[in-house]
Amino acid sequence: MPTVPAASSTAATADLIALQGVTKRYHIGQPSESEVLHGLDLQVQRGEFIALIGPSGSGKSTLLNILGLLEPLTSGSYHLAGEAVQGLNDAQLTLRRRRLLGFVFQFHHLLPAFSALENVTLPALMAEGYISAREQERARSLLDAVGLGNALHKRPNELSGGMQQRVAIARALIMEPPLVLADEPTGNLDTASSSEVFALLRRIHAERGTTFIIVTHDPRLAARCDRRVELVDGRIAHDGHPPPDA
Amino acid sequence: MRLGFELRVALRFLREGRMQTLLIIVGVAAGVAVIAYISALVSGLQSNTLAKTLGAQAHISLRAPDDVVTPAAVHPHGTLSLSDVQPRAQRLRSVVNWQALMPLLEQWPGVAGVSPTVSGSGLALRGEAVQSIALTGVELERYDRMIGLRSKVVSGTARLAPGEAIIGRELAQDLGLRVGDRLTVQTGSLSEAIRITALVDLGIKDLNRRTVIVPLRAAQNLLALPGGATGLDLTLDNVWIAQAMTDTLRRQFPYKIESWQENNAQLVSALNAQSISTGIIRGVVLAVVVLGIASVLVVSVVQKGREIGILRAMGATRGQILRVFLLQGAVLGAIGSVLGLALAVALIWVFTHFVRGSDGLPLFVIGLPPMIGLQIALIATVSGVLAAIAPARRAARLDPAQAIRL
Repeated sequence: MPTVPAASSTAATADLIALQGVTKRYHIGQPSESEVLHGLDLQVQRGEFIALIGPSGSGKSTLLNILGLLEPLTSGSYHLAGEAVQGLNDAQLTLRRRRLLGFVFQFHHLLPAFSALENVTLPALMAEGYISAREQERARSLLDAVGLGNALHKRPNELSGGMQQRVAIARALIMEPPLVLADEPTGNLDTASSSEVFALLRRIHAERGTTFIIVTHDPRLAARCDRRVELVDGRIAHDGHPPPDA
Repeated sequence: MRLGFELRVALRFLREGRMQTLLIIVGVAAGVAVIAYISALVSGLQSNTLAKTLGAQAHISLRAPDDVVTPAAVHPHGTLSLSDVQPRAQRLRSVVNWQALMPLLEQWPGVAGVSPTVSGSGLALRGEAVQSIALTGVELERYDRMIGLRSKVVSGTARLAPGEAIIGRELAQDLGLRVGDRLTVQTGSLSEAIRITALVDLGIKDLNRRTVIVPLRAAQNLLALPGGATGLDLTLDNVWIAQAMTDTLRRQFPYKIESWQENNAQLVSALNAQSISTGIIRGVVLAVVVLGIASVLVVSVVQKGREIGILRAMGATRGQILRVFLLQGAVLGAIGSVLGLALAVALIWVFTHFVRGSDGLPLFVIGLPPMIGLQIALIATVSGVLAAIAPARRAARLDPAQAIRL
C-alpha cells in the first residue's frame, strides 16, 4: 500500500494541547444545570497516539468537542498549539479548526452529494475557494494511500462502511493538520473493517507524526494506542500507558 | 470574494433534493410567468386605450380664460347688502397673442408639437339633412403632427385648401356624402359650402359623427374670429408628464390650461385602478414565490443539519454557510425566472395569435420588452435571495457540535 504523504511540519516536543482545570457545565443558572467535566488537566504533545476511553456519560464526547473547538469550556484554560483559545470568537475558532484540526466521526459524515474525491477536497475548497492541481493530486494520493485509489468518483452510498470511514480519514488529513480527533471511528464497523481502519490510523501516525486522539469503547483498540486516558464521571481516572494485559 | 465552495455546495444541495428543487422551480416559473404576462397584457391594454383616446385630442390644451363676473364693490363696514350674482355665459374668444405664444411653447422642454385651432359648433346641411357638428379649423401639417390625421384617413386624401374639408366617417354616412361631394356648414348667420377631400376614422364613432375639419382661416370666418385661435393644442414626448407640465404652464401664463388627464378623469381613474390591481396581483404572486422558496430552504436546512454541522467542524465559516443558502435562493429565483419568462412569451404569442375581437382582428398588440423581462427576472432573483435570508441565518447559527450529534 502506498505511504501517506508526509505532513509539512511536526514539532516533536512542544505541548500541542494543554488543558488546565477545565470544567464544562450545561444549562447554567437553570434547575437542570449540570457539570459534565470537573477540573480536567491534560497535556498532549505532538505526535502522540491517545485513546480516550470511559463509560457512556463520562464526558468523552464533551471533552472531544472542547478539544475540537466545537464547544466552549465553562472555566479553566485550553491552549492549542501554544495559543489560548478561550475568548476567541467564532470566526477565529473556525479558522483554527480549519488549520489545526481534522475530524473523523463514528458515522463517517461524508456529504452524500459529493464523490469520495470531492469529499476529500472539500476542506481545501472551503479554505481557498478553489482546488489547486496540487491539492487535487494530494487528495488522490491520500485516497490511494487509504486503499481507495479506484473509488475516487464513487458516491458515499456506493461505498461500504469501512470504505466511507477511510474516505473520512483522508478528508481529515487533506489540510495536513497536526491533530486529528476521532470519535469512535470504528464504532460502526464490523470487526475486520474496524481492525483495518485502526491499522490505517496507526500507519498514518507512524508515517506522518500526526497526533491522534481517539475516543473508543473498544478496550482492544485502546490497548493498541500509545497512551490511554480514561474518563469516569467527568474526571480523569487513569492517564498513562495501557496496562499490558488489556 | 471567491464563491467556489459556496456555489458548489449550493448546487449539490439543490441537485440532491431533486424533486423539491424541481417543484419549487416550477412554482417560481409559474409565478414569474403570471407576473410577466399580466404586466404585458395590462401595459398593452393601457397603451391601446391611451392611443385611442389621445389619438384625437391634445395632451395639453390652452384656451382663453373664462369670462368671470366683476366682483361687486365692497360696501363700507356696517352696511348690509343683498346681492345675487349670475354667472356669465362663455362666448367664443381667441387666445390673446397666440401667434407669439406658439414659438415659445414649441421651445418648451418635452413639447413635441403645437397646433392652433379654431373650434366651435355648427350645423352641416345637405339637402334636407341637418346634422350638428363640431367645427375645427386647423393648419393641416401641424394638426397632422399632433394626432396623426393622415394615418386615420379611410377614404380620399387629406388636403385642406380653401373651401375644402375633412369629415368623420359616420358623419359622411349620415349625410350620404362621399369624397369630392359638397356640403354646407352653417354657424349662426354665416354659412360656407365646402368640398370633402377625405373621410377619417378617429377611433370613436361619436367623434366621427360630429367632426368637420376645415382650414384655420375658414373656421375663423365661420366663427367670426378673424385672425384668432380659440386654442393651442400641445403634444408631448411623454404623455405622463402632461399634468406636471400643465401645472407649470398655469403658473406662468394667464390662460385656461388643461391636461388630457383632467379632460379624461374617468379614464385616468380606471387606468390607475387597473395599475393598482395589477400591482396587488404581482405583489401577492411575488409573496407566494418568496414563501415557496423560503419553505423549501427551511426544510433543506432541517434535512441538512448534520451536513452543515460537519462542514462547520471542517472549517466552514458562518458566512460561508449563509452564502450557501443565499445562493440556493438566488439559483432557484434565476432558473425559475428564465423558465417563467419563456412561458410568458409563449402565453403572449398565444394571445396575439389566437385571441381575436368580434371583427376577427387581434384585440391589441402585447409584448414583453426585454428591459421589463430583465427587471422581472432581477426582481425574482433578488426575491429568491431575500427568501433565503431567514433559512440561511438559521443554518449559519447551527451549533456544529449539536448538529453533528443529531
